[in-house]
This record gives sequence, C-alpha cells and structure tokens, in this order.
Amino acid sequence: MIELSDYLLLSAILFAISVAGIIINRKNVITLLMCIELMLLSVNTNFIAFSHFLEDTVGQVFVFFILTVAAAEAAIGLAIIVVLFRNRATIDVEQLNQLKG
Amino acid sequence: MSFQVIVFYSFAAWLIFAALMVVSSKHSVKAALFLVLSFASASAIWLLLEAEFLAISLIVVYVGAVMVLLLFVVMMLDVDYAALRQGFVKKLPIALLIAIAFFAVLYGFITSGVFSSENYAAPVAKAADYSNIKALGRVLYTEYFIAFEIAAVILLVAIIAAIALTFRGRRNRKTQNISKQLEANKQNRLKVVSMKPVIKAPVEPEVTPEDQA
Repeated sequence: MIELSDYLLLSAILFAISVAGIIINRKNVITLLMCIELMLLSVNTNFIAFSHFLEDTVGQVFVFFILTVAAAEAAIGLAIIVVLFRNRATIDVEQLNQLKG
Repeated sequence: MSFQVIVFYSFAAWLIFAALMVVSSKHSVKAALFLVLSFASASAIWLLLEAEFLAISLIVVYVGAVMVLLLFVVMMLDVDYAALRQGFVKKLPIALLIAIAFFAVLYGFITSGVFSSENYAAPVAKAADYSNIKALGRVLYTEYFIAFEIAAVILLVAIIAAIALTFRGRRNRKTQNISKQLEANKQNRLKVVSMKPVIKAPVEPEVTPEDQA
C-alpha cells in the first residue's frame, strides 16, 4: 500500500524542483509565478495527505482557502506583470531596479 | 501491486516530469502547458487521497481559470525569451545544489520513522455513499463560516485590484483634469490686444410715417 511518507516524499520532490526553478529562472517573472504555483501545489498535497491519514476534514478546508488565496494572487500578479510590461516593455527582474535609491 | 499503487506511481512520475519541464522549458507557453499537465496529475493523486471536491476544483479553478489567464498573459506579452534565459547554465549547479540539499533534509526527516505506517496507518476506505462535498460543506459552513466569507471578500478584492491595475479608461473622456485647471492662469484665458479704436459714423435714425403721426 501507499504510505503517508510516499505522499510526503512526492511533495518534497515537487517543492525542491520548484525551489530550483526559482533560482534558475530568476529573470522571468512569469516562470517565477509558475514555480510559486508548483510550490503551493506541493504544500496542498501535503495537507491533503495528512487530512486523509488522520481522517480529519480540516486539512481539506485549509487547502480550499489556499486555493482561493492562490487564485487571487495569480490574478493580481498577472495584472501587475501586464502593467509592468506596458510601462517598461520588459519582464526581466534584474532591470527593475528603480527603487534602488 | 494493487491498482492504487500503479496509479500513484504513474501519476507521480508524470507530476515530477511535468514539474521539471515547467522549470526548464525554454518558452513560457510550453512551461504553462506543462504546468497544466502537472495540475492534472496532481488532481489524480488527490483523488487517490479521497479529496474528490478539491481534485475537481483544482481542475476547474487552476486549469480552467488561472492557467487560461496565465496563457493569455504569456501570449499577450512580446518578450524575448532567449534574453531572459541568460545565465541559465551558470545558475544550474547552485540551483541543483540547493534543491538537493533541501530535499536531503526533507528526506531525512520524512524517513526518520515519525511518519511510518505504524504511526499513520492507512485509513479504511470510505463507503460508496460517502460524500466528500457534504463532509467538507458541513465543516465549511459552520465552523469556518467567517473564514469562508473572508475568502469571498479576498476574491472580490482581487477582482477589483486586477481591474483597477489594468484598466486604462476611455481614450477621450470628458472629465476634469485638476492639475491642468490649477495650472491655468490669466494668460491662458485672456489675451489683451492693443488696437486702434474704430469710430463709426453716426447713423441717422430713420423717420417712419408712424412716428410722424
């Protein structure tokens, strides 16, 4: 049978991949957003696995709220990217250094 | 090997492959499509964990809404993706190092025996008439009602913020421009022109027969 640690290892692998992705794709904001979505996915998998093995629905409620907040975050993040591209004609993070002071 | 084990390992393999492709693909459209694949395989794994409502909402909310939005944005922006990938190879070793170190710590913790099958025995499968949505709704609308309402408000705020950020308004609408109004002075409005007076010859009033009468 599949144990709890199998699910936890799967989400640990997913989280490590997305951490690596954030480091590699430090220039492209869109890929950074996608890596954050992957991280949230792995965290949600953890929550659901614990909810299943502890037979407690509260974990699933938590995932529900995380999904809500992640959807809001993605919408606002993409709006910011659109405005950013309109004003600067780039989405390179390293060129966004106007607040350097 | 039971059916569940086959499903778990095949979808886990798809999930990890798709995540690797998201991280490493050259073009953002490709990455977004692989993200869709990873969401789909994750929802299959969530189905194995008997979280049917969340698995469906992952498909509906993420694949149906968020990823479509993301694809729209990716296709709208005319970005030179090759320039954005500069330094990819240079950063790869350190990224691999950090990811492997991170995973090693998590692996050591997960396999230390705290989460072994003795402590967390696999629960008995639910009955066929068990409804995940009912169980979730019962908790959501009683214990977590205020949190649920706050989540609704958060979504509303997200809608308003996204529209307010990207809305450009009509091209030539007739509203006040207050700074322009304040900037205006007498010279903008009134022009004093010096010119010679024009004197007209006095006109004789016409005498009509009615006046004579």
